[in-house]
Amino acid sequence: MIQKQKLSLVEAPPEPVGAVPAVQIKSLSKWYGGFQALKDVDLTIARGEKLVICGPSGSGKSTLIRTINALESFQEGRIIVDGIELTRKPEAVEAVRKKVGMVFQQFNLFPHLTVLENCTLALRLVRGVSQKEADERALHYLGKVRIPEQAHKYASQLSGGQQQRVAIARALSMQPDIMLFDEPTSALDPEMVKEVLDTMTQLAGEGMTMAVVTHEMGFARQVADRVVFMDRGEIVEQGSPSEFFSNPKEPRARAFLSQILH
Amino acid sequence: MHYADNVDYPRLLSRPSIYGPGLAILFGVLLYAQAGATSLGQALAGLLGLADGSPLAANLVMALAVTAVVAINVAVVMRLSLKHQVYAVWAELAVLVLLFFYSFDLSFEFIQRKIGFLLTQGLVTTLYVSAISIMIASILAMIGAVAKLSSNGIALGIANFYTSLFRGLPLLMQIYMIYLGLPQLGYVINAVPAGILALSLCYGAYMTEIFRAGIESIPKGQWEASRALGLKPKDTLTRIILPQAMRIIVPPTGNQFIAMLKDSSLVSVVGVWELMYLARTQGQTEFRHVEMMITASLIYWILSIVLELIQARIERRFNKAQTR
Ligand SMILES: Nc1ncnc2c1ncn2[C@@H]1O[C@H](COP(=O)(O)OP(=O)(O)OP(=O)(O)O)[C@@H](O)[C@H]1O
Ligand SMILES: [Mg+2]
Repeated sequence: MIQKQKLSLVEAPPEPVGAVPAVQIKSLSKWYGGFQALKDVDLTIARGEKLVICGPSGSGKSTLIRTINALESFQEGRIIVDGIELTRKPEAVEAVRKKVGMVFQQFNLFPHLTVLENCTLALRLVRGVSQKEADERALHYLGKVRIPEQAHKYASQLSGGQQQRVAIARALSMQPDIMLFDEPTSALDPEMVKEVLDTMTQLAGEGMTMAVVTHEMGFARQVADRVVFMDRGEIVEQGSPSEFFSNPKEPRARAFLSQILH
Repeated sequence: MHYADNVDYPRLLSRPSIYGPGLAILFGVLLYAQAGATSLGQALAGLLGLADGSPLAANLVMALAVTAVVAINVAVVMRLSLKHQVYAVWAELAVLVLLFFYSFDLSFEFIQRKIGFLLTQGLVTTLYVSAISIMIASILAMIGAVAKLSSNGIALGIANFYTSLFRGLPLLMQIYMIYLGLPQLGYVINAVPAGILALSLCYGAYMTEIFRAGIESIPKGQWEASRALGLKPKDTLTRIILPQAMRIIVPPTGNQFIAMLKDSSLVSVVGVWELMYLARTQGQTEFRHVEMMITASLIYWILSIVLELIQARIERRFNKAQTR
C-alpha cells in the first residue's frame, strides 16, 4: 500500500485533451498456476508515448507486455487498447491485435518464407490486401529499416541485426498504432545492437507509440518519455529517464541500476 | 553429406590397416563357409580342372577369386566421385540381388505367361487400394493430429482412443473385423472397401502421431509471431506451422507409405485380388511359387523405389529455405 501511494506521486505525462490513451492497464493480476507473475499493475500509455520497461530477470516485464496483445492471459483487472476492452472474445482479440505490432527477442521470422513474404503474408490473409499492394507496402517498410535489397532472401541468410530489422518491418507493414518490443536487442551481437536501436529511434521520431522492454539504458535515456521499473510482478517505480537514472528512489531500483550500469 | 566437416580424414577403405585385414577376414569367412561348394565355386573349379580335386582346393580358389574381385572393385570404386560411387555401389548390389534370384533356376517362360495378369489385375488393385488408403490415412492423420493438439475434450478423447485402438490391434484383425464385423451390424461391405477402410484407419493412426510430433516440433515463437500479426488459427496452421513441420513429417510418412504398400497384401485374406494374392494363387497351379513370389517382390521393390524418389523430391522442396 505504501508503494502504491508513492507511485501515485509520480506524475504520468500529460495526455492530449480528450484523446483515448493507447493502452490502459487497470489493476492487472496474472498467475501461472499458484505463482503470481503480475500483481495489481496499473499502467497507462499515452498516444505517441515511448515507454521503457526495465527490471531484473523474472520480474514480469515480458508477461506484462505480452498480455497487451493477448499472447498471455490474465485473471484480474482490465486492459483497454485504443478504447477496445481486451477480453477473450475473438472479435476483441482480433481488433486489439490489429492495433498492436510486436517484436520478439528471438525475431521469430518465418524461416520457410522469404523476407518479403514474411512481411506480406499477414497483410494478404488478415487485411485482404492484394499481392501487388502488399509487396509495395512491405518494400516500403523494408526500405525504412534499410534492407530492401534482401527482400528475396530467406531469414537464415541474414545477420541477426538484419533479421530483427525485418521483424520490425514485418510488424510495421501491418500499420499498427502501437509497437511492443520485448528485449529486441538481447539476442544480438554487440555490433548489431546499434543498427536495431537506430531503427527503433527513427521509429520513435516518427511518433509511434512504443512500449519497449530493454536493458539498453542509452536508448532509454535518449528515446523514452518514461521509464517503468518492475520487480516481482509489480511496478515499483516510474518516472522520466533523467529522474529515474540520476535519482532512483527505490532501493530495488537503485540496486538494479548499479548492476546494469557497470 | 550432412554438415560435412572440412577435414580430409583418410578414407576408411584406403587405410591399409583396414583394407588389408578386411580382405583377410573376407577370405577367411569365404573359406570357412566352403565357398567352393557353391554353384559358382563348382563352376570355377570345373573351369580350372579342379572339379575332381579336394574340396579344399576349390574353396581356396573360390575364396581367393571373390576376395580379389572385391579388392579390385573397392580400389576402382574408391577412385570415383561421391555421386558415382553411390551409383556404382547401388548397381552392383542390385545385380547381386538379381543374381541371387536368378540362381533359383526360374522358369522365365512361366513368368512371361503370367506377368500380364499379375500386372493388369494384381498391380492395378494394389496400386489403387494403396493410393486411396494413403490419401484417406493422410486426411485422418491431419484431423487426428489437430484434434490431439486441441483443447476440445471430446476431440481429444476420440483421437486418443482412435490411435490407441488402431495402433494396438493387428492390422489383420482390423481387416477381419471390418469385413466380417460390419455385416453383423447390418451393413454389408465389399472386400475392397473393407480393405481400404482397414488400411486407412490403421495407417491414419500411425500417421496421426507423426503429424502431431511434426507440429509440436515447431517452436512456440512461430505461433506467437503469427498470432501477434493477427493470423487466424487456420492460417497459422496451414501457412506457418505445417509448411515447416513438413520437413519433420515427410521422412517418416514416406516410410509409412512404403510399409502400407506392402501391408496392402494383407487385404488378400478377404479375397481381394491384389498383387500378393495373385502371386500366391497363380504359382500354385503349376508349382511355380518361387517365380511368382520373386516377380511380385520385384514389383513391390520397384514401387517402393518410385515412392522413395518422390519422397526425396518432396524433402528437397521443404528443405529449400532452411539450408543456406
Ligand atoms: N509459462 C510460464 N509458466 C510458469 N511461470 C512462468 C511462465 N512464464 C513466465 N513465468 C514466470 O513468471 C515470472 C515473470 O516472467 P517474465 O518472463 O515476464 O519475466 P521477465 O521480466 O521478462 O524476465 P527476463 O528479463 O528474464 O525476460 C518469472 O518468475 C517466470 O519464471
Ligand atoms: Mg522477458
